[in-house]
Amino acid sequence: MESEGVDVGGTSVVGVVPPARPRKLAKVPFVELADGRLQGVVSSGSDIARVYVSSITAGSHALSCGTNNNRPCGGQQGTFLCKHLRALVAEAVTQFGLRRVADYLRVSVDGEADADALVAALTPGVEPSPPAGVVFSRFLRYLTYLELPGTTAPLPEMHWFPARGVSR
Amino acid sequence: MSVPPAALAELTATDPSGVAEALDLITGVDGALEHGLGRPDPAHARALADLAGAMSATPLGAVVGEAVETIASGSIADTQTAALAGGRGALVGAVHDALLAALDGATGRARDEAPAPQEPAADGAADERFGGVRSWLTELAINGWRGVDGELASGADQAIETLLADPALRRPAVLLDGLAAELRACAPTATMEGLPTRRWADLWARALVLTQRGALPGPGATAEPVTGRLLPLGVDVHEHATAVQAQVHAVLEPADGGPARLVRTAVSAAKVDVIVGPAVWGLLADHPVLLGALAEQCSLEVADMPLTAGGDLLWDDALAGKGEPADPFVTARVALPAAVAPAVPPLERHPTRIAEPVLLEGYKKAETPRGPAFDLGDTVLPVATDRLPACGPLTDKLVASSSACIGLMRWDAGGWSVQPLAVQAKVKRVLTGVHTGDWALGPTDPKVAKAEARYDALGVLRERAGRLLRR
Repeated sequence: MESEGVDVGGTSVVGVVPPARPRKLAKVPFVELADGRLQGVVSSGSDIARVYVSSITAGSHALSCGTNNNRPCGGQQGTFLCKHLRALVAEAVTQFGLRRVADYLRVSVDGEADADALVAALTPGVEPSPPAGVVFSRFLRYLTYLELPGTTAPLPEMHWFPARGVSR
Repeated sequence: MSVPPAALAELTATDPSGVAEALDLITGVDGALEHGLGRPDPAHARALADLAGAMSATPLGAVVGEAVETIASGSIADTQTAALAGGRGALVGAVHDALLAALDGATGRARDEAPAPQEPAADGAADERFGGVRSWLTELAINGWRGVDGELASGADQAIETLLADPALRRPAVLLDGLAAELRACAPTATMEGLPTRRWADLWARALVLTQRGALPGPGATAEPVTGRLLPLGVDVHEHATAVQAQVHAVLEPADGGPARLVRTAVSAAKVDVIVGPAVWGLLADHPVLLGALAEQCSLEVADMPLTAGGDLLWDDALAGKGEPADPFVTARVALPAAVAPAVPPLERHPTRIAEPVLLEGYKKAETPRGPAFDLGDTVLPVATDRLPACGPLTDKLVASSSACIGLMRWDAGGWSVQPLAVQAKVKRVLTGVHTGDWALGPTDPKVAKAEARYDALGVLRERAGRLLRR
């Protein structure tokens, strides 16, 4: 929350969700902090039509990785993070910032930490993992936004959502 | 001609009469919504009763009075929350009217009289697609902003998805999607610091009003075709995770010789969170004539393009052609002072909607406890540098070193500020105009262009969609 010297409670226009930071999407086209998990979709390195659905549960740090056809990932065993999960964490840190990802997963890391330190601080548990279908369908829903036609009728309520984030 | 500093000094020094009292009433209602209507306590019940009292002499008096009594008795349904949102909206609208009148006085701007309100279509049935979101909004009010958990925050996701699918319902859909995303990101809110009480109440109330029968203008809403020359002043960019809108402020010179008019024209697109910065222009690429005029600072010739009574030109690239080069600073000096502004449509009246273009010159940079400002001599006007969009080249450094600024006058949290759309500043010792829309056809800064080409977020996601979405 941006609250420097401003009474947030009495302000109509205040940034509540920090804007995402741009990142390269080829390896990890989708990452989100939702449903109590860091979850996303990771492109297969070998097959352009295949993707892995990967997630880490907040708090318990239960790990899950498999293809969108529910085949388990060969690299992910027990409490070991496969390369897909590592890529997921790294890209989430780029997009949301380390603080938001660490807080969401309930990992304590200091301010200087990077994605590797965050991975090292995870304490993976053993819990049933979420069905890959749930995450995958969230990705498909995400993609459908880009299929919606644009409009030219005014959207006056967008004045509550100014574009911001100049940081050059 | 720029706005006289003495007039701005008067504007910023005093609130119009009645504004403070109205805002106190609104703050009371917002407190009740933060706490939750389902857990009444005496202080909040009094705040709602005060709202009913203030409304009693108005056409909404009976409806709001009845709703507040029913809420006090502990039964809350969509009827009551709609009445509450309507009452709050009327108060906020009155604050808007007073502030805008004071601003028009300071800038010397002539404005159309508001047309008589249209009767809503008597036979129109309530759109049943709104049922789900209305119940959700009522549920939010019952629980209060302090009582939002992940499940409640996501409770309307499917209903919102349905609304998004119909372009005619985009206005409520993007509002609801923006509110829901903020609630999801903040849930659980019980211990949240800095709860955005006013903001969420604004969004909640507007969403309830827009989802009532007859609130949205139908396809046959009144718009007159206009022909003439359009001189852009600048572009105001709005963005949340799943929507972007570029709203151009411009002066329209009608070909029939009628008075020049201040107009707005907007193009918008759905998006995803990771498409940010200059990449958002790619989502608006269906409007190359408009974007070209922004990037190259040209006028536009429009022919028979519909203009609403509220001053919104309903953009259609097919009805427009690129005109001659036109420096927005010349437009602001020469054409803006005489342009007639439109009346604000009734359901848009809110201080947040105030975005009146002005030209400022002869200032020095200054700092206030709330951030950077322009010292105009007679007054120090805060500059909303937090509203500089990442999709353009305008930075706070350029604003600080500028000698002239085209900006939008804004009002929030009890004070005025100016949001820059363009500045004149020395770049490598040459006085240069820098505009928020300079990169509308792509970044002109080679470093930024290279980075954008490397990200190519839109390209990657479209490729993934093509491969993975079942058609």
